[in-house]
This record gives sequence, C-alpha cells and structure tokens, in this order.
Amino acid sequence: MALLEVRDLRVHFETDDGVVRAVDGVSFSLEPGQTLGIVGESGSGKSVTNLAIMGLARGGRISGEVLFQGKDLLKMHTAELRAIRGKQIAMIFQDPLSSLHPYYKVGAQITEMILAHEKVSKKDAHDRAVDLLRLVGISRPERRVDDYPHQFSGGMRQRAMIAMALALDPAVLIADEPTTALDVTVQAQVLDLIERLQEEFGTAIIVITHDLGVVADMADEVLVMYGGKPVEVTDRRTAYYGPHMPYTWGLLQSLPSTGAEHTGDRLLPIKGMPPSLIHLPSGCSFSPRCPYVFELCTREEPKLLPADPQKPEHLSACHLSLDDKERIWQQEVAPTR
Amino acid sequence: MSASTEGREPLVRLTGVKKYFPITQGIIFRREVGRVHAVDGVDLEVFPGETLGVVGETGCGKSTLARLVARLLPVTEGSIEFDGQDITDLKGNGLRAMRREVQMIFQDPYSSLNPRKRVGAIIGDPFDIHGIAEGKERKKRVQELMETVGLNPEHYNRFPAEFSGGQRQRIGVARALALRPKLIICDEPVSALDVSIQAQVINLLEDLQEEFHLTYVFIAHDLSVVRHVSDRVAVMYLGKVVELADAKRLYAEPKHPYSGALLSAVPVPDPDKIHERKRVILLGDVPSPIDPPSGCRFHPRCPKAQQRCVDEEPPLELKASGDLAACHFPLEPGEDLADAKPGIEQDAATVAVAGVTSGTDLAPDEPPHPA
Repeated sequence: MALLEVRDLRVHFETDDGVVRAVDGVSFSLEPGQTLGIVGESGSGKSVTNLAIMGLARGGRISGEVLFQGKDLLKMHTAELRAIRGKQIAMIFQDPLSSLHPYYKVGAQITEMILAHEKVSKKDAHDRAVDLLRLVGISRPERRVDDYPHQFSGGMRQRAMIAMALALDPAVLIADEPTTALDVTVQAQVLDLIERLQEEFGTAIIVITHDLGVVADMADEVLVMYGGKPVEVTDRRTAYYGPHMPYTWGLLQSLPSTGAEHTGDRLLPIKGMPPSLIHLPSGCSFSPRCPYVFELCTREEPKLLPADPQKPEHLSACHLSLDDKERIWQQEVAPTR
Repeated sequence: MSASTEGREPLVRLTGVKKYFPITQGIIFRREVGRVHAVDGVDLEVFPGETLGVVGETGCGKSTLARLVARLLPVTEGSIEFDGQDITDLKGNGLRAMRREVQMIFQDPYSSLNPRKRVGAIIGDPFDIHGIAEGKERKKRVQELMETVGLNPEHYNRFPAEFSGGQRQRIGVARALALRPKLIICDEPVSALDVSIQAQVINLLEDLQEEFHLTYVFIAHDLSVVRHVSDRVAVMYLGKVVELADAKRLYAEPKHPYSGALLSAVPVPDPDKIHERKRVILLGDVPSPIDPPSGCRFHPRCPKAQQRCVDEEPPLELKASGDLAACHFPLEPGEDLADAKPGIEQDAATVAVAGVTSGTDLAPDEPPHPA
C-alpha cells in the first residue's frame, strides 16, 4: 500500500461563466522517502490538486479518492482531517510573507502548531520551536524565535515555514513552489535543506514547480500537467532524456539551453497560450499549440497510457505513435537541447 | 574594458555613481540616522547595440541602478553620461528629451499598466506627452506598434485585464518602443511569466533589438536567461559591481568567488549535469546595506576570504582573462570553489561548502522530536 495514493481526482468550480475544470482526473501514488515533482504552467491545476489533497480547495466540487495510509481523506470529517493536516501531511507555501501571520512572533506560530497537535507544555513546545529554527539553519534561534516575520529576510521566512512544516515530523510534505520567491543562492540553501531533512526523516515530498531545474534536482518521479490533466508521468531521467509528450518537449525547448554549444541559439517557445479551463479545446487540450497535431488529436482525447509496452511506468497522453515520438524527439527536439 | 569593446564610444557611461537613501528619525525635525548604500560607487559603460546583463541577489542595487540610468531617481554622487551628454542633473525640457531616448520595461505586467486605461491610451501616452502624434496618426502608429510586438491591432480598445500576462508584457514593450528609444532598460521583464511565454517574450526582445538597433540593460535574477540574452554581464553585490565580463566567459570561468557561488547555485534542467557538479552554498543572507562590511563586502560569506579582504577593498580591475573583477584572490581556471577554505573567522554567516552528496552537517542538535 502506498503512503499516499490519489485516484482520479477531479476538482471543478462552478462559476458564472461556466464550470472551471481545474483538476480533471489526476492519479499518482507516493512512497515514503520518494519525491514527486509536479510541473506545469500557471493554471494547469498543479496547486489546486494539492489544495484538494489537504482538504483546502474550498468551494470546489471534488470527486475521486485521496488515500492516505489507506484512508480516504476526501470522506473524512473536518475534525479527523484536522488531526492529519499539519501533523501527517504538511505544506510549504510559495509566498512565505503572506503565509506567516504578521502580528504573531515566528516562535509563537510554530508553537501554536505543536500545541494544536500534541499534549506538551508551552515551555516544551517553545523549546522545540527553538530547536527547529536551529535545525533549519537560523542563527541565534533562541533570540530569533521572538522576532516577528517582518524581521526575517525572505530566505529566513521560508526556512521558518519549513521548520513549521517539519515540526511534527510529517509523513508527507507538500511544497508548493517553495523557492519561486527566492534568490538562487537562497534557493540552493532551501532545496539543500529540504533534501537533507528528507534523507534524515524519510519524508515523502510532493514538489510543485514550474522550474524544470528544481525538478531535475529533486524529483524521483515527474508528473507533467496541462489544462488540469496529467499529460505525462515518468521517472526523472526519462522526463529529460526521452519524454513522449509534445508539451514536455515544448517546456524543455523553451528554456535557454544548458549546453555551451547552443548558447545564444534562438529559443523555441510553445506558440499560443494555455487554454481556458472553462472552454477546453475538443480532443487533446494541447492540440491548438502542438506542432505535431493531426486530425485525430482534435477529435478524440488521448488517454494517459504507456506508449512503449516495454516501459509500463512511462505514461503519456498523446496520439502520436511510439515511432513518431522517438523519431521527433531524437531528430528535432533533443539536438536543440 | 574587455578587448571586444575597446575603442568604441559608449552609449551610457556611469562614473562613480552612488545612491544613498537616508534613514530618518523624528517627525518634525527629521534627523538622518543612517544611510542605505543602495548603489555605492559603480563605474560602468554600455555600448551601442549590446545587451548588458546585470545580475545579483535581492537588495544588491540592480534595480536602483536601472532607475538611476533612466533618471527616475537622482544620483547622490557621481555622473551619468548618455550619448556623450552629461545627464546627471538634467531638468525640464532637457530631461524630457532624454527620456525619449531611454525607456524602461518593468517586471510586473499587472501593476505597470494602468488598469483603467485602454491599451490604445497606454501605448499612445508617450506620443501625447512628447507631442509627437495625435488623432488618426496616433492611432495608426499605436496599431503599428501593437503589430510589431505581436498583438492584434484590433484590440486597441481593450483594457489590460483582458490580456494574459505574456500579452501584457508585450503591451509594456510596445509602450517602451513608442518613442524609438536608443536604450531600453529591462527590469526583470520575464520573471513573472511562465516558461513557454517567457521564451516568446525573449525572442521578441531579440528581434526588436535587431530591427531597431536597440541597446539593452537587462536585469534579471534568472541567470540562464541573462546568459542567453547578454553580450556582457555585470555581477553586483551590495551596491558594487564585483565582476564585469563577457557573458560566455563569465559562465565558463567566473573570476569572483561570488559569481562562482551564484552560478553554481542555478538549478540546471538536466538531471545528469546537476548531480555531477558541486554546488557551493553560501550560508546566511546578504549583509545590511546600511552598514556594509569593511574591505571586500563579500568577505563575511566568501569561501576564499583572507585577512587582506577584511582590511582592504579590492578595486574592479583587469584580470588575466581580460575581464574585470574586484577580488584580491580571484578564481583560477579550473579551481574548485568547493575546496576553498577561508583564512579568517566568519561568524553566523559562515560559508558551508557542500557537494550535493554530503548530507551530514545538519545541526548537531537533537531531531525536532525527542520521540
């Protein structure tokens, strides 16, 4: 039994303009110590997926199953869910300034989290908050614990968030764009910290990001989302060295090349823009932007299936034949990387 | 200056430019109690037709520098020349004329466009301000601009809210282009955009540069984007330029330890490469620009710092490769910053140099649980 298993998760929001299909059929499973990277553009449904897992996608019509240690989180009562949220499944949000309360001391916010879940004295909780801040590399934690969030720099706030998320040694850590608001040097510190803590405590991590560099660094498995649907699921190396889905190719080609021989080459962006989640294109939702589109693509929606029978773990949602996929990748996409 | 730029007249020349923001106390009699040294003595030249990248962490003064060049902020000390003319203290009509030549593209395509104005008015505003075109002529020119940047000219009467992030950034580009400037300062022009859209905007900027012979000062914290667009790159740290080099050379062989650490921190979208290289992790944060460290400002975080770095400030000078760096102990080609040991005591902000494989130097304290 997987630690966390998501089956056919759908989150739809009713709006005046129609139904927004923010997440439409996402499935994945996560083992202890494993890292899953969820990649996609804004509006691809990656954040909503994780809010739904945590029971935070308010106002949405949610269907499917989210099995945590065999129990379905979506069917739980609020009180049961509250016992799991924060303690077993913790979350790091993108913007540390708006996710810390500006009126409360950093230490008090960490302490509150510990007191909410465990029967310990205030003093013990406070001491643990100090230890946690030290663990995430904040100097003089016994003094900084009484600082307010505005007295922390961006990187320190993010580290305080991590300290809070790790306070109760969660089994699953969901990091939603954990480093997007940070400088590269601080980003390196934070990623390094998350990785080391994972090694130490065996936490399973879901990292949501649009930065393919972060995924290349951290993830074991990669899930690519487009228009609320998963379009490719594979292991990290395959995602970068042999992906099957034209959208994944497009993402890789949009980046400035890493090879010295290609420096200054023209970038190859994906044409057009992400679709509206209310009026998704018929057939494959990527078809209007796909350079390899053919008749079937606009008629029928491709299913998320293994394209190569030899690699049943590598799923992609695309009508192109395996031969075409491999030929296009090797001849057209890979040489530009 | 590096060899490739010798003997050419710069379009912009900054000499000893400083910008201090006063910190005051008191309500009626405001006393100055300190100064933020945002930009602290920058000498820089920008040559016609080139793209000069400016990189550095938050708070290193790169945006302030951009605003000084655009004369959106007055300089505290030093001088700025544009096209051979001293623009440091320009006022009135002179300043207005200069503004036609220097335009800016801002980071956030949401807050840099007035949400209550139509696109036509936003892009056409420069024509009104400078009295260049009105009526039908103005509309025609605005629509031409919209076409140039890849917007549908029929959307002339739409509001910014009706456009996506990438399209809004194109509106910003069209507005900057309206007066046919010589220099465009791009302050994080693609940071707020998705990767696929980011590539579209970068390509657009490159095309426009060729078509209109533009010069760019390109500020970004995404180092791979800067490498892609820039001819030369200036690395800034705490208000100073610490390295100024040809883009290719900088990325291949950084001279300043700060540039080296910065570059090693960039996550490369390539699983094999990212795991074979060593990542140098600078601990701690950038020190406060109110009271910057003595000597070399990077010494409290530098893996190569020696006593000399504390006592003596290194000048920005020519190093062996023909590039400029401000360091007493620049990196040699092939030198591994991860093996360096500082020769001085560094406090809380000690530099920990971690290869990606090391996972041992967690704080020696107990785990968060005494469980």
